[in-house]
Amino acid sequence: MAKLQSSFKNMLLSLTLIALVAAAALAGVYMLTTAPIEEAKVAKQQSAIMQVLPEMEGITIAEAEEVNGITLHKAYVGEEWVGTAVEASTEGNMNMPFGGTFRLMVGFDNVGNVVRYVVLEQAETPGLGAQMSTWFCNPDKPKSNILGKNPATTNFSVSKDGGDIDAITASTITSRAFLEVVVKAYNGIAQQPMPIEAVSSATQLHEENVVVEEDTTGRKNCKERGRENCKERGRCKNNNVQEGGQQ
Amino acid sequence: MKNKALNTVLNGILRENPVFALVLGMCPTLATTTSAINGMSMGLATTFVLICSNVVISLLKNLIPNKVRIPAFIVVIATFVTMVQLLMQAYLPAIYEVLGLFIPLIVVNCIVLGRAEAFAAKNNVGLSALDGLGMGLGFTLALTLIGAVRELLGTGCVFGLNLYSETYGMLIFVLAPGAFIVLGYLMALVQKLLKK
Repeated sequence: MAKLQSSFKNMLLSLTLIALVAAAALAGVYMLTTAPIEEAKVAKQQSAIMQVLPEMEGITIAEAEEVNGITLHKAYVGEEWVGTAVEASTEGNMNMPFGGTFRLMVGFDNVGNVVRYVVLEQAETPGLGAQMSTWFCNPDKPKSNILGKNPATTNFSVSKDGGDIDAITASTITSRAFLEVVVKAYNGIAQQPMPIEAVSSATQLHEENVVVEEDTTGRKNCKERGRENCKERGRCKNNNVQEGGQQ
Repeated sequence: MKNKALNTVLNGILRENPVFALVLGMCPTLATTTSAINGMSMGLATTFVLICSNVVISLLKNLIPNKVRIPAFIVVIATFVTMVQLLMQAYLPAIYEVLGLFIPLIVVNCIVLGRAEAFAAKNNVGLSALDGLGMGLGFTLALTLIGAVRELLGTGCVFGLNLYSETYGMLIFVLAPGAFIVLGYLMALVQKLLKK
């Protein structure tokens, strides 16, 4: 077959045809992958919840609660409330991040200290803002490490703004946004009545019910997740050492 | 015929290696080779796109008028890249997390468009597929090599295998300047070996 001439009709037809076929193919692949992508997201969220909570035997997670766009996942051992994994994003932040919205999962123990955090979704610059996943949990840099600190007693803003936390070098904008999200997450649990001292028996009963409901599936998943977590944590530790040397 | 096919594949891997000889696609080469596994994943993703786009463009070469060939090629390439991105996101979320940002950039990787224009638009389907395979493997090999050297010098590991203590790693090799240094030396070495 001879090559088509570059006439207006030929160019229009061939480009339209190619674009149509490409669109159809993409639509097909998109439909095929929507479900697995969602599943992968949920699995990541579940493993993130377990990762940021205090390490304890037999943790069960209560059903998620939403407060002002923040999602709370409360954790119990038996009936005792041991901590909360809070999912919060930069949406509605005063300090917007550099590269679009990012979402964090921050774990607090039952007195409000940060246990660990995981970055769920981010689009910050690699090598600069993207370092937030390791920067703020680096045990070698106590001034930038937020683990074990309580937003009620520590000023969670960057030292440039008079706070107590060192910002990521050359990524102050990301650091401001990050710390604001952590504080937002903390406010999410601070507004909640503390279940440990919960006075009204009604709420306690309600919470017990939730725990029991979750018990059958929750515990089994816990074991599986526990193993994954070990791996994940090991990797994070390695990263920490790497990052530590870099700075 | 058999010789020609073999030559086409080897051509991409050695004599016209996209990274060491043609010096094409430097953006992903420098950015994604922080570890051997990252380099390899990026190389394999590019290989997939190269083979698919070469085959399709070779099939369509007579249907595409000359004056609109570049936009037509780009649409074909972008389609395959988006497919790779969606499939990776669905089935390899861990690797997608590391490479996610660079996958869409395969669209503008000059190797892909370069091979479409220089080879697939002039040759038959079989040879174009082999050219895509050869170029892709050459690219993968180069990226894996750079990644392995950077990872070894930077952290003491290759493919997660610890060879010496991490504390002796020279971290500059994991960062951007190390990419340029390693690329330069490897390129000189490969050029010398090929000249013989």
